[in-house]
Amino acid sequence: MLTVLLVVIILNFLMLHLAPGDIADTIAATMGGADEKDMIQLRTEYGLDQPFFIQLFQYVIKVAMLDLGNSHFYNMPVFDLIMERLPATLLLVFSAQIVSLSLGILLGVYAAQNPNGLSSLFVNMLSLFGYAAPVFWTGILLLIAFSLYIPIFPVAGMRDVTIESDNFFVHAFDVARHLFLPMITLASIFLAYYSRLCRASMLEVLGADFVRTAKAKGLSQRDILMKHALKNSLSPVITFAGLSFSAVVSGAILVETVYSWPGLGTLAFNSIIARDTPVLLGILIFSTLMVTVGNLLTDMVLRSIDPRIQGSQ
Amino acid sequence: MSTLLSVNNLNIEAHTRTGVVQVVKDLSFSIRKGETLGVVGESGCGKTVTALSIMKLLPKETLKISSGNIIFNNKAINNLSDRELENIRGNEISMIFQEPMTSLNPLFTVGEQVAEVVRRHKKVSKERAWNRAIELLDLVKITNPEKKALDYPFQLSGGQRQRVMIAVALACEPKILIADEPTTALDVTIQAEILALINRLKDETGTAVMFITHDMAVVAQMADRVIVLYPGEKVEEGTVHEIFNNPKHEYTKSLLAAVPKLGEMVRRKYPEPMRLIGKGDTRIVKPIIGTDEPILSVKKLVTRYSIRGGLFQRIKAKVHAVEDISFTIMKGKTLSLVGESGCGKSTVGRSLIRLVEPASGEVYLDGQNILDLTVKDVRDARSKIQMVFQDPFASLNPQRPLFDQVAEPLRNYGIFRLEELQKRIGDLFDRVKLPRSFMKRYPHQLSGGQRQRIAIARALALNPKVIIADEPVSALDVSVQAQVLNLMMELQVDLGLSFLFISHDMAVVERVSHDVGVMYLGRLVEIGPRQAIFRNPHHPYTKDLLKAVPIADPSKRNTEREMNFKPLPSPIHDLTHDPKPSEYKKVAKDHYVLTTDCGY
Amino acid sequence: MSHLDEQEEIQAKPSREMVGVFLRSYSALTGLIILIAVSIMGFIGPIFYTIDPFDMVWMPFSPPGADGYLLGTDYLGRDILSQIINGARVSIAIGFAAASVSCFIGVGIGAFAGFYGGWIEEILMRITEFFQVLPTLLFAMVIVALFGSSVLSITVAIGAVSWASVARITRSEFLRIKELDFVQASKASGSSDLNLIFLVILPNAAAPIIVQSALLVGAAITFEAGLAFLGLSDPNVVSWGQVIGANRTYILDATYTVTFPGIAIFVTVLAISLVGDGLNDALNPKLRSR
Repeated sequence: MLTVLLVVIILNFLMLHLAPGDIADTIAATMGGADEKDMIQLRTEYGLDQPFFIQLFQYVIKVAMLDLGNSHFYNMPVFDLIMERLPATLLLVFSAQIVSLSLGILLGVYAAQNPNGLSSLFVNMLSLFGYAAPVFWTGILLLIAFSLYIPIFPVAGMRDVTIESDNFFVHAFDVARHLFLPMITLASIFLAYYSRLCRASMLEVLGADFVRTAKAKGLSQRDILMKHALKNSLSPVITFAGLSFSAVVSGAILVETVYSWPGLGTLAFNSIIARDTPVLLGILIFSTLMVTVGNLLTDMVLRSIDPRIQGSQ
Repeated sequence: MSTLLSVNNLNIEAHTRTGVVQVVKDLSFSIRKGETLGVVGESGCGKTVTALSIMKLLPKETLKISSGNIIFNNKAINNLSDRELENIRGNEISMIFQEPMTSLNPLFTVGEQVAEVVRRHKKVSKERAWNRAIELLDLVKITNPEKKALDYPFQLSGGQRQRVMIAVALACEPKILIADEPTTALDVTIQAEILALINRLKDETGTAVMFITHDMAVVAQMADRVIVLYPGEKVEEGTVHEIFNNPKHEYTKSLLAAVPKLGEMVRRKYPEPMRLIGKGDTRIVKPIIGTDEPILSVKKLVTRYSIRGGLFQRIKAKVHAVEDISFTIMKGKTLSLVGESGCGKSTVGRSLIRLVEPASGEVYLDGQNILDLTVKDVRDARSKIQMVFQDPFASLNPQRPLFDQVAEPLRNYGIFRLEELQKRIGDLFDRVKLPRSFMKRYPHQLSGGQRQRIAIARALALNPKVIIADEPVSALDVSVQAQVLNLMMELQVDLGLSFLFISHDMAVVERVSHDVGVMYLGRLVEIGPRQAIFRNPHHPYTKDLLKAVPIADPSKRNTEREMNFKPLPSPIHDLTHDPKPSEYKKVAKDHYVLTTDCGY
Repeated sequence: MSHLDEQEEIQAKPSREMVGVFLRSYSALTGLIILIAVSIMGFIGPIFYTIDPFDMVWMPFSPPGADGYLLGTDYLGRDILSQIINGARVSIAIGFAAASVSCFIGVGIGAFAGFYGGWIEEILMRITEFFQVLPTLLFAMVIVALFGSSVLSITVAIGAVSWASVARITRSEFLRIKELDFVQASKASGSSDLNLIFLVILPNAAAPIIVQSALLVGAAITFEAGLAFLGLSDPNVVSWGQVIGANRTYILDATYTVTFPGIAIFVTVLAISLVGDGLNDALNPKLRSR
């Protein structure tokens, strides 16, 4: 995990280094131009006159001390800015993962019982839709449908500032109401992947030798399905869910932009418009960290299911 | 004795994309109380389908019973619903399968899987069921059953898993046990133990057994009565003695002729081709004499595999696959290496042509040490020593026509002219007795035996002096096996080839070899002329191995004798492990026995 | 022994058989036809439909069908049909080019990792793992933000971040196939490493790689649309995603401005996915009856 972070940081530095123009240019641009003397001063300030490896080393140390620089646009430390926005993204990403995974497994198991039936057809259609429909487009369509034409969900944001209450549940309900559409939008893609994979994996397991053994033991269809087959078909689905974490985070960026959800995604969108490079790089580091944590969690779940996976890799 | 189960006029159809195929035709047989019925036939004869149909375990979409009935305990069971059948399955009729590696659920402990069937059919508490499970594991001779019950299947060996399967099958004291090739995937010593176990439990519980196998030797060991199936039909039925001593049907006769019987070569000094019945095989069978001129000699060969792990894939331990082995092969003769899985015999073959790099040793081919050569020179040396592999389905590249596959070695050694290639490959096809029209075909259009002929043609392309044949006939049906073996022996005479024949099958080895080396855990424990090894084995492992081999003769049964072979120790050692060199005692001319401790 | 006279059955060459399976599947064929139609629309369409997608040709928010503009006009009064026709070229070109880049990197890395094993595999797979953890969209955003948004930089950015799945599949296929006897046999008969990798193993590993690459084309198209939606597209060319992004603040006034380009993306990617499924059925030996 630490290596992954280190590599992201080095990658960040390399991209900064290779990109046309340097930080001084960017800052000068946001300030609306600077003269030659100011530029030299800026360059010394950022250590840009130092040799390559010294710069790299300094950059890594700086980031390791959680100093991600300053946002020119918001005029505050990037780290504080990210901490402010991180919870919203975490909420969106993890709720979407949990919802799509649990619904996907249910749907997949149900469809596998009848491989040529309607439910299987539905899972196949759903997976085609999930793959083909761009998530931001699905988001806009849902927004049009359920916020504009049938206004049951709020259009944007995470909370309704007009609510005045001390009750935690009132606020929680408010956030949930705001969360629903973005979460469903994001979950829809992965629901499609997971249900299809779960169905396929279930069908494969149902053809396995040990399922035949279970049948020969006289177990009922229900026991075979829910005990023997389900547990075995979970591993590939959960492994895939772990691999999908980075895709979920990528999707969240688009979904947040559509719904103005105040997380890292909207922040990234705004910093692109504002050419606020340090913020963008900070977000890259933190979202990578988020994916790594997600992977560790899926590893733990996998390990609890399958006794054959042991030790760390 | 009263009839327990009878199958009457059973017809089963397979529904495939291309149409309906009749896989079982009008089959009738019965099983009586307490007897063992052997059902024997080659692959595709419908024996497994028949077994599965009894308990309605056939895959519903593809295989259907089109007519016939199955009577169990005077009740027709072929029309019962799944619900009603569930009370019979695992309770009154139970089944064990071929693949112990995949027949148990990998995610539940073996104890749970045994207790589950007890709880399903007997109304007992969880604790009672668990205790019964441990009792059963003890019954099938799993040592330390309390502890082993908590293990997952992947922690057990193949033999132990098959014991667990037997425990599951016998948990509810069924009236019939259907055993579908239960020992085919197992080593010969473990097979002997499992067969003895089934025999003992059958005698103790009075369970009738339906024993399905392709192996005539196993049938001879197990069955009271036998039915012989040949594509979907019963061609012969009789007591085991009738079938083996006085077969009536042509198919049964040819099948028995194709099975090499351990001990039948005892009086012959040189190997000779088998006489096959039916194809007008009137050739004079001539012994293959060979020469006493060494062609390949191996000295102190050691090969180890590294087990890597941790950060940066450091070497953590080593598998001692081949440990200090020496032998010599004579021009025109066959040396066989025999042993059970994991003994290192295949690694020896691969080390000789450096498909795996040996750790040390010398391999002299025509006076040149192959292990000293640079990578580039190894390529040249490989043209003199070629290999034939076991699995006919994996040994040919599915993407290329056969012409290209046989041409590949020639092209690799600089022969590109099409006329020359065509001429040489045509000759090779003639040699292995395949029609030249096959050159344009792809491997999937060939049968297993034909593929193995192609593999032999490819090995012959460069006119090698030595051919390493790694289990070349193990995946083939016996009748095809006999033909391929005969072909190899003919080629040996015609071309003066030398073979290193690697096999687990003692009966086949006895048929083809001049000399035999027995391997155990990476060591050569005994080596000598074939007759000496088979008639007068010295090493305890060789003795046990020979004792374990089933003989295709019902009058030579390993009756009642519980085998008690030692379990195989692990060949994995940490980096500090320094094994002792192999030392041998000479017991007769050319006959040596290992005196170093090899773990047996 | 009469029963041993092994059956003679002549079958077609495997590749021809596969084409047959593919063409017999209606959905795959439909997908292929749609894909060809969209490509023709993008590359040849502008010759016949000459309205410039950047020209403000009419009043803003003119609804579809009205005033002679089949799909209406956007918030600046530009013709949406022209934007969709011209956007097809960019989507298809970037989709295929980026997928080719990914495929090239992924196959190279996966093949060498799988074939050689040891520390080469260790290093290559660590790199692959890293690209699997990296949120690809964000990384591509950073690349495009720093290096400028041209068609080339976008293609390279998408290609450079999407190869991990191909590398994983290639490696696992190589690991499986290199142990098979026919590879050992080929090695024993004197084939060189490069011969083994590219002429012996790769053709046998091709099926899942081709299917995955087909899916990558679709993924690259949605990826490009996502970047464009966020405003990171080449300003000199029209892109479907960019049309949606630019119009999204006006959805209350004109829903169709986001609906039509979205349908264009949806239909194109759907077609690719149908082709991918068809390829999977045709190439997967498990599904083919022996």
